[in-house]
Amino acid sequence: MSTATLLPPLTKKDFQTDQEIRWCPGCGDYAILSAVQSVFPELGIPRENFVVISGIGCSSRFPYYMNTFGFHTIHGRAPAIATGLKIARPDLEVWVATGDGDSLSIGGNHTIHMLRRNVGLKVLLFNNRIYGLTKGQFSPTSEIGKKTKSTPFGTTDRPFNPLALAIGVEATFVARSVDVFQQHLKDTLRRAAAHKGSAYVEILQNCNIFNDRAWETLTEKDARSEHVVQLEHGKPLIFGKNRDKGIRLTGLELEVVQLGNGITEKDLLVHDEQHPRPAYAFMLAHMEQKPGFPTPIGVLRAWENVPRYEDLINAQIREVQEKRGKGDLEKLLHAGDTWEVRA
Amino acid sequence: MSTTLTQPRQRKREVIEKAVIRFCGDSGDGMQITGSQFTNTVALYGNDLATFPDYPAEIRAPAGTLPGVSGFQVHFSSSDVYTPGDSVDALIAMNPAALKMNLTELKPNGILIVNLDDFGETDLRKAQMTSNPLEDHSLDGYRLFPVELTKLTRAALKELGLDNKTVDRCKNFFALGMCYWLYNRSLDTTLRWIEDKFKTKPALVAANRTAMQAGYSYCEATEAFQISYEIPPAKLAPGLYRNISGNSALAMGFVAASQKAGIPLFLGSYPITPASDILHELSSYKNFGVITFQAEDEIAAVTSAIGAAYAGALGITTTSGPGMSLKTEALGLAVAVELPLVVCDIQRGGPSTGLPTKTEQADLLQALFGRNSEAPIPVLAPSSPGDCFWIALEASRIAIKYMVPVIILSDGYLANGAEPWKIPSVADLPEVPVHFETNPVDFQPYRRNPKTLARPWAIPGTPGLEHRIGGIEKQDVTGNVNYEPLNHERMVRLRAEKVAAIVQEVPDVVPAGDPSGDLLIVAWGSTHGPITGALKAQREKGRRIGHVHLRHLNPLPKNLGEVLGRYDRILVPEMNMGQLVMLLRAKFLVDAHGYNKIQGKPFKQSEIERKIEEILSADGRI
Repeated sequence: MSTATLLPPLTKKDFQTDQEIRWCPGCGDYAILSAVQSVFPELGIPRENFVVISGIGCSSRFPYYMNTFGFHTIHGRAPAIATGLKIARPDLEVWVATGDGDSLSIGGNHTIHMLRRNVGLKVLLFNNRIYGLTKGQFSPTSEIGKKTKSTPFGTTDRPFNPLALAIGVEATFVARSVDVFQQHLKDTLRRAAAHKGSAYVEILQNCNIFNDRAWETLTEKDARSEHVVQLEHGKPLIFGKNRDKGIRLTGLELEVVQLGNGITEKDLLVHDEQHPRPAYAFMLAHMEQKPGFPTPIGVLRAWENVPRYEDLINAQIREVQEKRGKGDLEKLLHAGDTWEVRA
Repeated sequence: MSTTLTQPRQRKREVIEKAVIRFCGDSGDGMQITGSQFTNTVALYGNDLATFPDYPAEIRAPAGTLPGVSGFQVHFSSSDVYTPGDSVDALIAMNPAALKMNLTELKPNGILIVNLDDFGETDLRKAQMTSNPLEDHSLDGYRLFPVELTKLTRAALKELGLDNKTVDRCKNFFALGMCYWLYNRSLDTTLRWIEDKFKTKPALVAANRTAMQAGYSYCEATEAFQISYEIPPAKLAPGLYRNISGNSALAMGFVAASQKAGIPLFLGSYPITPASDILHELSSYKNFGVITFQAEDEIAAVTSAIGAAYAGALGITTTSGPGMSLKTEALGLAVAVELPLVVCDIQRGGPSTGLPTKTEQADLLQALFGRNSEAPIPVLAPSSPGDCFWIALEASRIAIKYMVPVIILSDGYLANGAEPWKIPSVADLPEVPVHFETNPVDFQPYRRNPKTLARPWAIPGTPGLEHRIGGIEKQDVTGNVNYEPLNHERMVRLRAEKVAAIVQEVPDVVPAGDPSGDLLIVAWGSTHGPITGALKAQREKGRRIGHVHLRHLNPLPKNLGEVLGRYDRILVPEMNMGQLVMLLRAKFLVDAHGYNKIQGKPFKQSEIERKIEEILSADGRI
């Protein structure tokens, strides 16, 4: 937009509100807020064109702390409200802040349909594997057997794998980052912002009150490099403190291998985020469920050439208007058979 | 184009004022099309009319069985028509099941045309009949015309070389042709429709045309009917007319509102009977910039419309009872964030799935009060199919002017029923002014217009107006999250006062009939027709009665309490257990009495008349 270039560039401060932040001290949400506020000014989009929409839960308070247009809606419905908004105004930059309960439990239906339609929304899934705002019940991503307030003897629910779910419904952009990996998180947000269709970003987030250290094995300084593999397009999957471990594809199975002894980088799986087969990203999404495997972070899939839902809808309207001419209300009211009653 | 079938006839032609005709048959027999065609023909001729399509929820119940019977009733007249008719002058029954389900509606000595070819033993068994009514004298009280509809249609179409299945599907048009002869109507309107409908299938044009013409010629040639009837055009107000159903009128009303407002129309909807036709119709109006979003569920339907309204579109959603229940929480959000939204509830029988294709008025209290906490919503109800157009405009105008969700309560009877509608000129339609806030100086998202108490419509993309809204209680003026006790009470009262202020849009009621007297009938929605008919008939008998029909159910008209006080008795007929009557008693402390019918069918005029007489005679007034 021409006006934007005349104004001084936006800064992180421009995206901060005067509202007192009401997350618990030490909550992972602060880090995510900070990363988003850092990335938004870089995007070259006028501030008034940003809209942040959320559902219900701790993470869904996000819009109140972003100095953009914001809509804190009802539990689970943010994707549906954002879809209506985006269809009506495809020019706006719409981000959805949601949690594992909001997005995958009560709002599961809207989530999958938003992703299959490929609505141009950026979704930040704050996954802390617990219900925080209602004070500590298990969530659809809680590990089986977990003891919580509502499951004193352990959950009997098999959890969702959010990325596998998104890939399963043909989401065009699926990524994962971690609240405390600020640089990686910002890079991932930039990638999501650049994606045209639905961008689904799972952010592993710590709830230090009700589920502290849920992601500790990934975030502890010493353990991090052994338990995380960072996906980069066109690069082999390597991890380990000394970058001496890799992931190899043998048949339909992934395998962790030690580099050396005849095994070189050339033997490793090279990441292809545009891989046309859903099975590829699906395999990555399930990797950490196998013993000895690291958790992948980064962009699992980025399919760029799928049309956005709101563009298809509005293109169809334009096509019909070109074919039939713009609607004439007088003609519409007189359509079909009519008859005259004379005085 | 004209047909060659209208040569003068020698047989008797009687001029009568009105007739009620009902086509009934199997769901697959095309009764809805047959009835619609007859309706269009009499409408174009200039009769006043009302229709009652009555069809099962099952798409195709087993052929020939009682649950599969579908019917279409048309009342047409040279004088004013208020209802589809209490009883039927001519019944066309395509099979024994249709006969069994509909015979009670036929007047003594009424015309009864049946398809003789479908009265075999199997057909009778499917209709659970133990003896053949065509032979057991049970139909002696009617003018029975058993016609070999199937055989005659096959004979007429044998030159066309079509398969029997296709040929047999034309027998409804043979019957239609007979009815056109019986009521002296030209075949032209239906011929035009056939040519348009099957323009890519010339064989079907020929088949349906031939079948209809054969039916007409059959009456002409066989002298089965010794008499035919003539019903002159009605004296409607001068103007240009078309036929319209309630759902179609709602769809056009919303397009008109969007055009008048100069903002796009966004419909979020999930298919549900009997509301789906609004979605179908609006989805064909893309050249008006109409956006239709068939959502994944009822909740996404309403919330996407809220999202579109937030973006500055005219957001609407259409549904029926079960969907209305699912939308409840979202309506509370619309109340809290004060965005314009129109919700159409096309009521049907309930609870739960209930009677999907049958009519009822039992969602009134749900519309008024069916949300958690204090969440007032204006409620409007159209009184006829044509009125649905005006209600759509009115609801949209109020929603935008007051920044509030509005509920329209239509019902299955209005949705599918049709009537002649005087086409308005676009220049005469009310304006729907829209103001988007653009001034960032001292902008506050919840600063209210002093007259309407509406907050500004500040849409995303407007520089300097960045702000946050949500379902959490907001501070007055700033809209910031706020949990203070006194602020909450203030906001609850403000939201209620805003809805109450809409009374300035509501015209005072002027009772039809006597302005004061022995009895006042108060009603709403689709009961308008039978009550109007009953009022006229009873006043002709000298009764002192009035009728108030409420289009605005929240807020109620200012002078309603005063009007109620002018009559000795108040009667409230409703197709529910007594919802408006409860409201009137609570609000005005009047001794109003309900008259309730919950059968999935509209009131008959005679039922209302009987009730009026019962009340007046108990009082010793007659």
